Amino acid sequence: MGAYIVRRLLQSVVVIIGVTLVSFLALQAGGDPTYLFVSERASQEEIEATRQALGFDRPLHVQYLSFVGDLTRGDFGQSLSYRQPAMEIVLDALPATIELTGFSMMLALLLAIPLGVLAAIHRGTAWDGSITTMSMLGQSIPSFWMGIMMILFFGLYMRIFPISGHVPFLTPLMSGDFVTAFSNLPRTIFHLILPGIAVGTYSLARNTRLVRSSLLEVLEQDYVRTARSKGLPEMRVLVHHALRNAWLPVVTIVGLEFGFLLGGVVVVETVFSYPGIGRLLFAAINQRDIPLVQAGVVLLAGIFILLNLLVDLVYVRLDPRVKLAGGRA
Amino acid sequence: MKDSLGGGGGGLEGMELGAHPGQGAAVANPRGSGFRREAERAVRVMVAARWPVFAVVFLGVAAIAAALGPWLSPFDPNRQNLVLRLADPMAAGPDGSTFWLGSDALGRDVLSRLLYGARVSLTVGFAAIAVGGTIGIIAGLLSGYFGGWVDDLIMRLGDIQLAFPFILLAIMFLVVLGSGVWNLILVLGIGQWVTYARIVRADTLSLREKEFVEAARALGDSTPSIIFRTILPNILAPLTVIASFNVASVILSEAALSFLGLGVPPEVPTWGSMLAESRDTLLANKWWLAVFPGVAIMLTVLSFNILGDWLRDFLDPRLRERT
Repeated sequence: MGAYIVRRLLQSVVVIIGVTLVSFLALQAGGDPTYLFVSERASQEEIEATRQALGFDRPLHVQYLSFVGDLTRGDFGQSLSYRQPAMEIVLDALPATIELTGFSMMLALLLAIPLGVLAAIHRGTAWDGSITTMSMLGQSIPSFWMGIMMILFFGLYMRIFPISGHVPFLTPLMSGDFVTAFSNLPRTIFHLILPGIAVGTYSLARNTRLVRSSLLEVLEQDYVRTARSKGLPEMRVLVHHALRNAWLPVVTIVGLEFGFLLGGVVVVETVFSYPGIGRLLFAAINQRDIPLVQAGVVLLAGIFILLNLLVDLVYVRLDPRVKLAGGRA
Repeated sequence: MKDSLGGGGGGLEGMELGAHPGQGAAVANPRGSGFRREAERAVRVMVAARWPVFAVVFLGVAAIAAALGPWLSPFDPNRQNLVLRLADPMAAGPDGSTFWLGSDALGRDVLSRLLYGARVSLTVGFAAIAVGGTIGIIAGLLSGYFGGWVDDLIMRLGDIQLAFPFILLAIMFLVVLGSGVWNLILVLGIGQWVTYARIVRADTLSLREKEFVEAARALGDSTPSIIFRTILPNILAPLTVIASFNVASVILSEAALSFLGLGVPPEVPTWGSMLAESRDTLLANKWWLAVFPGVAIMLTVLSFNILGDWLRDFLDPRLRERT
């Protein structure tokens, strides 16, 4: 077990180095990055001065090492459009993104389990058919289009839900202002419903299918037949024998889930004018504000990697077979 | 890809599939029951399941739209008509023509743009799979056949890539390299290779020890010949399942990147960029600008997903016995 954890930690370190290398190279890939930082009318002297000030005249490996050095201090340089440290801006937008991602993840997991179980135990019936069909559809709808359609229907036509904006919950909570945080909570959730559904639908659909197929596989095992032939009530067989093993694959995807959701978050935030990292990235992309893009991408990737590490470590505790295999079962 | 975006999905989509690669297909017809019998069975399974038929028909229509776009579309997709801006669907166009699906904020015909958009989606979808599939298959073959440090290097590289949310990688590179069809294909393709590499590696590992590979070796075949002529043909079938799902997730990713303005140049109409433009007129309730491109994406992606499901059912030997 110890060896597995050490190996897994080392792997995460390698991945994080990979992420920094990629984000560093991305800046260089477009040619001399100096031109991103000067105006189009800059004179040759200005360009030269900026190049020296930002250190782009140094050899690449020196630049990379100093880039990594800055990263460890959380310094991504100044945002070109805000004229503020890029990391500060990204960190300001982080709580809103965590709220949206967390809400969608809850939707995707909490609904997927009952739906998947329902489809599996009623295999071949209308229940199964409609749930399977819906999840097939859910996996085929682009999240941002789902958002646009919901804005049209629930926001503009039915006028039930707000179509934009965000009421902070985590920010007051973290600053210790519990009264504001919890009095905000109902409105926070109200604002999260449409974007949350838009982001979460794809994952919900995928997880439902996964729970279904995973449970179906377990239900065919000998020990489930044994439990049934012992005369145990079906409910008990399901909960105590089948589900216990069926949910292992589900745990595995929780960490990966964040990565899937992220894809949706980046675009859906833009659709709903939701003030998170996604919308920030979108604006930064359009303004070619590279330091801001780097800060956002590295932060999100870092969170993703840590979550995956956490899930893997939890998994070892849940499934002893991992230890023996030395990898994911 | 997904996974995505959405897909964004990245290359993870295939992992669950990889759990039961249809290896039965590799030895599909050892008793020589013939290609025709297989084809007949394929059609029978397809018709019995009903939905795959719709998927094939829709994709056929989309492929025709993509190939014959310039001849089928009633208007030049970029021709602006500022007098007839935001015309309703079925509204009269210039000179007795009709805007079947309405016109956009610049008076361009939505149907024509939709037909041209099919080109980008399908081309990028297939080309990205070709790029990702080629890299992945070669990497997987090398990894599985040679093992050792080659295997370690390739598989660890794959692990690193999967540990990084694909959409972020795509965003970063497209921001810097600039948008364009080739960059898009390259980035989306590279996002897919790991899935193929893992499955090909697993299959190669088991085939490497089989008698017919042993025989080829004994006959003095060269290593490249063994890898590409003896092993490769036997592992291709299950990959078609992955490819079908991957085309779906790549199309979703392409739409999302186009929506973000990172896709092809603005003068090329795509479904994603049409949706991005539709946001400006959403509050004025110009629904047709948002509905039609989205439906086009959804039906295309859905068709590839259904097709993938059908292929898997068809190739998976465990399901095969029941059909």
